[in-house]
Amino acid sequence: MNPWAEDFPILKETINGKRLVYLDNAATTQKPVPVLKAVDDYYRKANANPHRGLYALSVEATQKYEDARRTVKKFIGARKDEEVLFTRNASESLNLVAYSYGLTFLKEGDEIALPVSEHHSNLVPWQMVAQAKGAKLVYLYPDAQGRLTDAEIGAKITAKTKIVALAHVSNVLGSIYPVKKIVEKAHSVGAVVVLDCAQSIPHYPVNVTELGCDFMAFSGHKMLAPMGIGVLYGKEELLNRMPPFLRGGEMIEYVHEQSATFAPLPQKFEAGTQNVGGAIGLDAAIHYLRNVGYDRIQKTENELLNYTLDGLAEIPHVTVYGGTDNRANRCGVISFNVEGVHPHDVATVLDAAGVAIRAGHHCAQPLMEYLCVNSTCRASLYFYNTKDDIDVFLAALRKVRGWLGLGA
Amino acid sequence: MELNQIYTQILTEHNNSKRNKHHIENPTATLKGVNPSCGDEIELELREKNGVIEDAGFTGVGCAISQASASIMIDLIKGKSTDEALKLAQTFFGMVKNEITDEKRLEVLDEAIALKDISHMPARVKCAVLGWHTLENAIKGEKDPE
Repeated sequence: MNPWAEDFPILKETINGKRLVYLDNAATTQKPVPVLKAVDDYYRKANANPHRGLYALSVEATQKYEDARRTVKKFIGARKDEEVLFTRNASESLNLVAYSYGLTFLKEGDEIALPVSEHHSNLVPWQMVAQAKGAKLVYLYPDAQGRLTDAEIGAKITAKTKIVALAHVSNVLGSIYPVKKIVEKAHSVGAVVVLDCAQSIPHYPVNVTELGCDFMAFSGHKMLAPMGIGVLYGKEELLNRMPPFLRGGEMIEYVHEQSATFAPLPQKFEAGTQNVGGAIGLDAAIHYLRNVGYDRIQKTENELLNYTLDGLAEIPHVTVYGGTDNRANRCGVISFNVEGVHPHDVATVLDAAGVAIRAGHHCAQPLMEYLCVNSTCRASLYFYNTKDDIDVFLAALRKVRGWLGLGA
Repeated sequence: MELNQIYTQILTEHNNSKRNKHHIENPTATLKGVNPSCGDEIELELREKNGVIEDAGFTGVGCAISQASASIMIDLIKGKSTDEALKLAQTFFGMVKNEITDEKRLEVLDEAIALKDISHMPARVKCAVLGWHTLENAIKGEKDPE
């Protein structure tokens, strides 16, 4: 029995008459009762526009919002509250860096280095910067086991590199990239590192001070919090040099007819009324994760990952992508295909058994081109999953080819 | 939704058959159809003479529903006039959107009626109509972007 599954009401729902087996955690995670309750409590008892009102309720809303910022600061090991900006999600965080830092500081001929496995959210914004500034995108290619080798890192991060953009964990291959090594290499050539932790921080501790990254982005909804709240960490001296991204209410100091000056950090980057309920949900999610503990999350997920990979290896006609040799270097994101069956048909057959997986290009089309596949199926785990979930998944998967009129 | 209403024998046979999945000789029209969100990609080839579709074939990749639907469509349109083919397309769109339910009106769709229950799966309607939309655009003279 999984001790945490009870905290997630949605896991008791039925889909197509079957118990929900939720294996799309890399897309979004389910929400535990303490997160739901924190958001509900806020809207019932403390809702007001923060930072504006001079009355008690607004002061309370402001305090809860700023408490959430402090919780995030400690959670990611940032040095100052001002280095933690709330956004809608990792995509908005990464766009903020591209528009504000990229368009301001990049010049013609500069290079932006990034793995070909990047999610579109840490790739398409850099295409925009490259096109606008005459800069060049330089791709790092993972090897057959999904690893970025030292040779590849050394060859692609050079004196021309001004930005290195990468995900801590690939959302398709599940590879854990050697971030610390890449940060050291990037800093040795004077480049800044934009780290996307959307897929890693739900499963692994991330300490921005230890890693030394310059920017770090993640989404709340992939780590038990509501959708619509995300975080951008940035080094204070960089954020201070950058122009605002969005302009409007709350981010100003003085506004005259023809000009304006801007508020100090973090308000400079938080225009308009913020998602206070979301920030409070994120605060509760971080407390919940801390209680579960990353050590127990990893232990549970590693057991499930091994169980799943072993099970998949026994099913004929199934190909798993990414590293299968070195399981210690990958997380519970498993991309695979069933020979002769399109991933969407696999997803439909699994759905009929109550199993939710993702199928498609996973917002990583350049990686799909590199792997020479049109699309893949993806099962992704979280600590509330059980071996029973995996058994249901594997049993349904064995029947896929039969449904499509192919030999088992 | 039951799987046996979707993955019928007609559908799986067409999906696994290469009968209509090939290039044709001397096509007069060739057009790509894509569903960017799922990565389905087909290329339809038609040979038209005096307003009649003499031969048709398709190539590409996609899910069983998109592939089978295109194959069934080709069986239906070969030997028909382009006007008739366009009418069949409209009837097919009506069926999968659940706008035409009268069985008499659907009879002209023959084997394509096997895809009727797609109307209960909104996420898959775009797979079923990919071939038919490509046909419609090809007959109307649309060209692939250079």
